[in-house]
Amino acid sequence: MTRPVLEPRSPQRRDFLRACVAVGGGLALEFSFPLRAAAADATVEEINAWIVIHPDDRVVIRIARSEMGQGSYTALAQLVAEELDCDWAKVSAEFASPNENLRRNRVWGSMSTGGSQGVRSSQDYVRKAGAAAREMLVAAAAAQWNVPRAACSVDKGVITHVPTRRSLRYGEVAAAAAKIAPPQDLKLREPVEWKIAGKPLPRLDIPDKVLGKPVFGTDVVLPGMLHASIAQCPVFGGRLLSVDSTVAEGMRGVKKVVRADDFVAVVADSWWRAHRALGALKIEWDVGANGAASDATIETMLRDGLADPKAGTARTLGDAAAALAGATKVVEAEYSAPYLAHATMEPQVCTAWVKPDGFVEVWTSTQNGEASLATAARAAGVPPERAEVHKTMLGGGFGRRGAPQDFVRQGVTIAKAMPGTPVKLMWSREEDMQHDFYRPASIVKLRAGLDAEGKVVAFEAKVACPSILAVLIPRALRNGIDFTAVRTLSDMPYAIPNQKIDYAMRNGHVPVGFWRAPGQQNGVYRECFIDELAHAAGQDPLAFRFAMLEPEDRNLRVLEAVAKAAGWGRMLPAGVGRGLAVVEGFGSYAAGVAEVSIAADGGLKVLRYVVAIDSGTFVNPDTCAAQAESNAVYGLGGLFEACTVRDGRVQQSNFHDFRLPMIGDMPKVELVLVPSGGFWGGHGEPGILPFQAAVLNAVFALTGKRIRRLPLRKEDLKA
Amino acid sequence: MIALDVNGRIRNLDVEPEMPLLWVLRDHLNLLGTKYACGIAQCGACTVHMDGQPVRACVVTAAAAAGKRIVTIEGLSQPEMHRVQKAWIEHQVPQCGYCQAGMIMAAVALLESTPKPTDADIDAAMTNLCRCGSYPRVREAIHAVANGA
Repeated sequence: MTRPVLEPRSPQRRDFLRACVAVGGGLALEFSFPLRAAAADATVEEINAWIVIHPDDRVVIRIARSEMGQGSYTALAQLVAEELDCDWAKVSAEFASPNENLRRNRVWGSMSTGGSQGVRSSQDYVRKAGAAAREMLVAAAAAQWNVPRAACSVDKGVITHVPTRRSLRYGEVAAAAAKIAPPQDLKLREPVEWKIAGKPLPRLDIPDKVLGKPVFGTDVVLPGMLHASIAQCPVFGGRLLSVDSTVAEGMRGVKKVVRADDFVAVVADSWWRAHRALGALKIEWDVGANGAASDATIETMLRDGLADPKAGTARTLGDAAAALAGATKVVEAEYSAPYLAHATMEPQVCTAWVKPDGFVEVWTSTQNGEASLATAARAAGVPPERAEVHKTMLGGGFGRRGAPQDFVRQGVTIAKAMPGTPVKLMWSREEDMQHDFYRPASIVKLRAGLDAEGKVVAFEAKVACPSILAVLIPRALRNGIDFTAVRTLSDMPYAIPNQKIDYAMRNGHVPVGFWRAPGQQNGVYRECFIDELAHAAGQDPLAFRFAMLEPEDRNLRVLEAVAKAAGWGRMLPAGVGRGLAVVEGFGSYAAGVAEVSIAADGGLKVLRYVVAIDSGTFVNPDTCAAQAESNAVYGLGGLFEACTVRDGRVQQSNFHDFRLPMIGDMPKVELVLVPSGGFWGGHGEPGILPFQAAVLNAVFALTGKRIRRLPLRKEDLKA
Repeated sequence: MIALDVNGRIRNLDVEPEMPLLWVLRDHLNLLGTKYACGIAQCGACTVHMDGQPVRACVVTAAAAAGKRIVTIEGLSQPEMHRVQKAWIEHQVPQCGYCQAGMIMAAVALLESTPKPTDADIDAAMTNLCRCGSYPRVREAIHAVANGA
């Protein structure tokens, strides 16, 4: 039986987890008790909720958002440190506690990490936290010297009384500063004044990541912990009918078979033993009404949506029907894309511990610690105050681990069946691939009318697509319109006088969710179709877009920037095609140029992707560049990947049939930052927005073939 | 009992001979740097060295690993950080980092067998999957090590 070593539930728990990590690092095999000895040093001062300063000047910055590779952990720390004016070399970061956030009246604000929001929607208050702490520290020093604040300067964590050259370090005044009332009316620095923010500083999380040291959700180890492997009904929405666990229960290491309405799990003393025993279960599922669903039935469902005269209208401008009727030339096209899995490298995982007193603790890779907390409490049947979530590093997120908290619900349900024992639930890759919340499949019909000069006078779109919001956030629907299903079509920057954008929601049984840049497929459809229109008008795709954008439009600026950087219009070697696209979203404006060729095996090779992004402001240009690379590889995968459905289930099961790009497939990626100032846009997703359209337009330029149906197959490229 | 030589230490383990080395490392030796991601030798997140060769620990049984010299990411940095790990920091390679232990083990093995790898050598040897897009920096860091940077 484990001892309740984790009380009280405050910073000590963080130290506890670290103690376990040290074990995991192979330094020792036995757990060293008591762990209370590792409790936080009583002399450590919290200046405010975001900032802790140690007597030796080490600064710990609390991060409310999750780190899934996007770099917010470092960028947010840079913003705090910039205003705090501390020594960056002494900065480390840690995740803020969701339970403490609840108890402290959401002092850290939202913990949700998605929509490229991490930096842009918290930059104001985290910078203010840094500035307030700096003022409190300086005030404490001034008080100690009995001099006016105005006579003191501060640099890199050292406060100087200018007239006498006396100085005090932050660590020396932290205790006194913590007692000072935080100042109001803080003036934040302008980006031009920045010394820490805006710079390509090395990421705080990387040194550990090259040593195999960070604790991902899968790496949590607790005393006496058991492991669980899960099987969910292969047909979405099905229920568990019966399980014959006779063989499994006799297998080595197996502790329990946990049955729930919609899953069965085996708990054992190692994951491999749990998973092996899972395979020995004889499970009978009630697959429900969806056992016969297939790609064909899904296509029929979407086509029914396209034909639906009662589809909702997301945007009306002028009279598109009349303008089409009077157009000199009408261009029509149908585009489609399949369901896609997120395929995070780390499968879904949740360690849960239901204590004898009912308190539930969870360790998980989550994009939203608060959502995990609420889910854990609900699954445990306790109020949220009686739950805690420890946020680990995420082995990728891409939208999979935010709104859906299925893994937490399951982890806590399993742990409830093993009261007093921590259980780590980890999904197999097969479960992960087949129980995702997928990027929605969609079919879109587009029609546009050109006048005699080749000007676009009408644009009509009919979108048939499952709704992410209907599944995950129904209250965000507006008159039956899911903005994520129509974005980029319903909010075009192009000056087209007559527009009508319709949306037919067709949900089907496959769960859908936020997949990097939700609605991203519409950018592909729109920008490929605009390319078709440019061709129909006999115009250069860049000039054609320029003509439809206001001179001050940031879409135009990023197009100019990318055209210049990529050498638009310059000669290309034989066998290379070039294409472009521009899409705004997630607070930023992104334009991309792709260069492609056809490889010896007949497959598509993307050689180069230049992307210009105006995010108004940026915090770490190197992390932005890494995100551009990341968006390119995610977009590249999305051209070829597909989740197909047969007998109600997703057919792909692992990386052999859901193939990800490899190192040799990766294009050269060049990011051009063109921050125009005055606003804060994201970087986690904008880079993907123009990617696929730029590539497919390049394919057209090279081969004359329009790819309108994804996934792209080699046959589509053949002459 | 199975005796395994892991990071220079002999470990005697009471595990099934067919248990994959990955799970021996993770669940029985608490060496958690080596990751599970596919279980079918497709992704390389579990890459470790066995007698100096890169292997995918999810498909090497404990019995097959017995008597072999196993080195994991934790052993690579003993007594000090490997030059490949240093290059990984210098070039800011990892993003989420989940695949990076395997990526580094594969890169170390490549550089040991081919000290000056070409891009084609890198494409052929570095078959590890990364969902975040660390590939360009992986390539850059490998070339930097090869060039003594």
